[in-house]
Amino acid sequence: MNKLQKLEILADAAKYDASCASSGTTRKDSSSGKGVGSTGGAGICHSYTPDGRCISLLKVLLTNVCLYDCHYCINRRSSNVRRARFTPEEVVDLTLSFYKRNYIEGLFLSSGIVRSADYTMELVIKVAKSLREEHHFRGYIHLKTIPEASPELIAEAGKYADRLSINVELPTQEGLQELAPEKNVHRTRDAMSTIHSKILETKATRKELKKANSRVKKPTYASGQSTQMIVGADQSNDSQFLNRAGDLYGNFKLRRVYYSAFSPIPEPSVILPLKSPPLIREHRLYQADWLMRFYKFDVNELTTEQAPNLDLDIDPKLAWALRNRSFFPLDINRAALEMLYRIPGLGVRNAQRIVALRRHHAVRLEDLIKLRVNLKKTLPFMICVNHNPAKHELDSEALRAKFAPPPEQLELDFTAQIIIPKTTSIAAQAEAKHGEF
Amino acid sequence: MRTVTIEPTFRAWRSKARSLLDQKMHPNDVIWSTQGDDSDELFGFSETTKQTPENKPEQKPQTSNRAKVPPFFIQLAQTVCCHRSQKQWSMLYHILWSVTYEQEREILFDQTNDTMRKLEQMRKSISRDIHKMRAFVRFREIQVETNDRENYVAWFEPEHLIVRVNTPFFRKRFAGMNWSILTPDECVHWDGTDISYTQGVDKSQAPDGDELEELWRGYYRSIFNPARVKIKMMQSEMPKKYWKNLPEAEIIEDLIQTSTDKVNGMMEEENRPLKPEPKNKYLDHLKQLNNSEDSK
Ligand code: SF4
Repeated sequence: MNKLQKLEILADAAKYDASCASSGTTRKDSSSGKGVGSTGGAGICHSYTPDGRCISLLKVLLTNVCLYDCHYCINRRSSNVRRARFTPEEVVDLTLSFYKRNYIEGLFLSSGIVRSADYTMELVIKVAKSLREEHHFRGYIHLKTIPEASPELIAEAGKYADRLSINVELPTQEGLQELAPEKNVHRTRDAMSTIHSKILETKATRKELKKANSRVKKPTYASGQSTQMIVGADQSNDSQFLNRAGDLYGNFKLRRVYYSAFSPIPEPSVILPLKSPPLIREHRLYQADWLMRFYKFDVNELTTEQAPNLDLDIDPKLAWALRNRSFFPLDINRAALEMLYRIPGLGVRNAQRIVALRRHHAVRLEDLIKLRVNLKKTLPFMICVNHNPAKHELDSEALRAKFAPPPEQLELDFTAQIIIPKTTSIAAQAEAKHGEF
Repeated sequence: MRTVTIEPTFRAWRSKARSLLDQKMHPNDVIWSTQGDDSDELFGFSETTKQTPENKPEQKPQTSNRAKVPPFFIQLAQTVCCHRSQKQWSMLYHILWSVTYEQEREILFDQTNDTMRKLEQMRKSISRDIHKMRAFVRFREIQVETNDRENYVAWFEPEHLIVRVNTPFFRKRFAGMNWSILTPDECVHWDGTDISYTQGVDKSQAPDGDELEELWRGYYRSIFNPARVKIKMMQSEMPKKYWKNLPEAEIIEDLIQTSTDKVNGMMEEENRPLKPEPKNKYLDHLKQLNNSEDSK
């Protein structure tokens, strides 16, 4: 098999992993003249594929041979997919060749599990180590970590990587038992905890060395970890997804949780659903995730016991507001900042601007227009100097109907709703995509 | 009416603008030019300001009637200098004039002011161009016998005059190799020690391929998910005007046209029976682990 064929198989096998941002790392470059590469600030998207996604990293598997049997995955041992294997040297070579031609920001390497977790982890580390130490590669490296690998290896991986990630895949142990029998939520959490304490430890040491003005070389370690969950492959509801996300953000300070709508794969397993979930579900989960991280929503406020799934027709903030109408209308000249965050259509930045503005004068509708607030959404929920919504407007069921798209157009509507980002950095893109509501 | 000719740099503009302000030249009476055109000389209006050399300290301005502008305006001015239209010089001078002589400091902060709005649009368009250049430059390797380093050449067509602003980025990132970026305006070269600039060239001067590009296209094809086609999204980030210099863009049409077939093929594929479990010590170990977890 030639290099091109291998690359095609091993890139194809990696493409369902969404967690591949290349932003958020320490600044480094090659101006010393050795090697190649630089990172810092937002990662660059070097190309876009016709699915609208950005290519920033060379995202490949070392091998798609795998001992595990995760049913949602094309590489599971029971699938008849064509198998290929890169040697660590081949991946190193490919990364450098692509990087030097300015195709990529770096490498995102993961692997099927061969022989054992430790054996596989060692191969993955070998690639990263060679890039950093033999070739002085200063670009971005993201390594997928295997939770069953020994803590020493997980610790070593972080020395070379900018980011580590372990996919939890499914929010519950029951789901894993059914679809990924070799995986285990507790072990994954343990490994995340190892990484988390390593990150903290390294930060503290670096700080001390800096304070003491020491010339000892500062230790390096990945600056963050992230994870991914697959939506729609098992029976888990949105409340379970969000609770797991809340757990990981809270306990291990994950940078990001990615939600990936289960996508039909070649060689499907018999126990998988035949259809992928509507993409809008993935979008709503990102919105809810955003509310937890930036709008101070508690995970329990996002869904209810009666309705453990997010409303597909309207965004989760509006849904919360409609469930809690007694809070509204809020007087934006009086309400605390955290309450302003709750007004549908009002973003974090605008809420902060309003608070700054009202120190000078009472906020009027004209001010909101200047701030480009989404008035259609906001007005029924707020009071300001020259606006007071009629009470009946807020109470009526018609309010929900006003924002929900007519049912038969749902499929069409969601594509229109996914905002096309104007900015091009990946981080900003993710914000534009999931942040505005 | 007076035509002033400057080099197209912030420093040259600033020093000229200062002296014009001191002379109370009204912006409507000044034509800014960046072409060292002889016709100016003929009419005897021209005053060419040479760029201040980096090492020479600039003349201290006589601060008498000179208004101060906030740092963000300086930054804005520095950025818009790269604008291809060359209309920025006069617009900037207009703003300075209003601030200095018409007590209209507020216009600096007024987002509804026409000139400020246009300058802001220029700034946006330039930053985007700078970013796109960093993203879409594609180096091609060439063989050079006179040195034993790796040598790369890229061809790029920027919208604005941004080659110099972008040089530090490429120098830091690709310090370990020799490279040149050729553009119609100006070319920049790095040889491991120095940066140098030469005049613009046309595309025929650039190499027309690189062996690696086949692998790159192979990667591009494989990483694309045919189940989700969002062409508009792709084009908003990677507008068609860039396609002609991107080796991977050749196959876009083909990918789009065959995507439906691919997805249908996947859906129609028959489910396969599960294969038996292989014999592997590690798997047995995992099973034991999982069982003990369950009993916890
Ligand atoms: S461990 Fe599971 S998800 Fe990972 S490659 Fe193997 S089968 Fe796929």
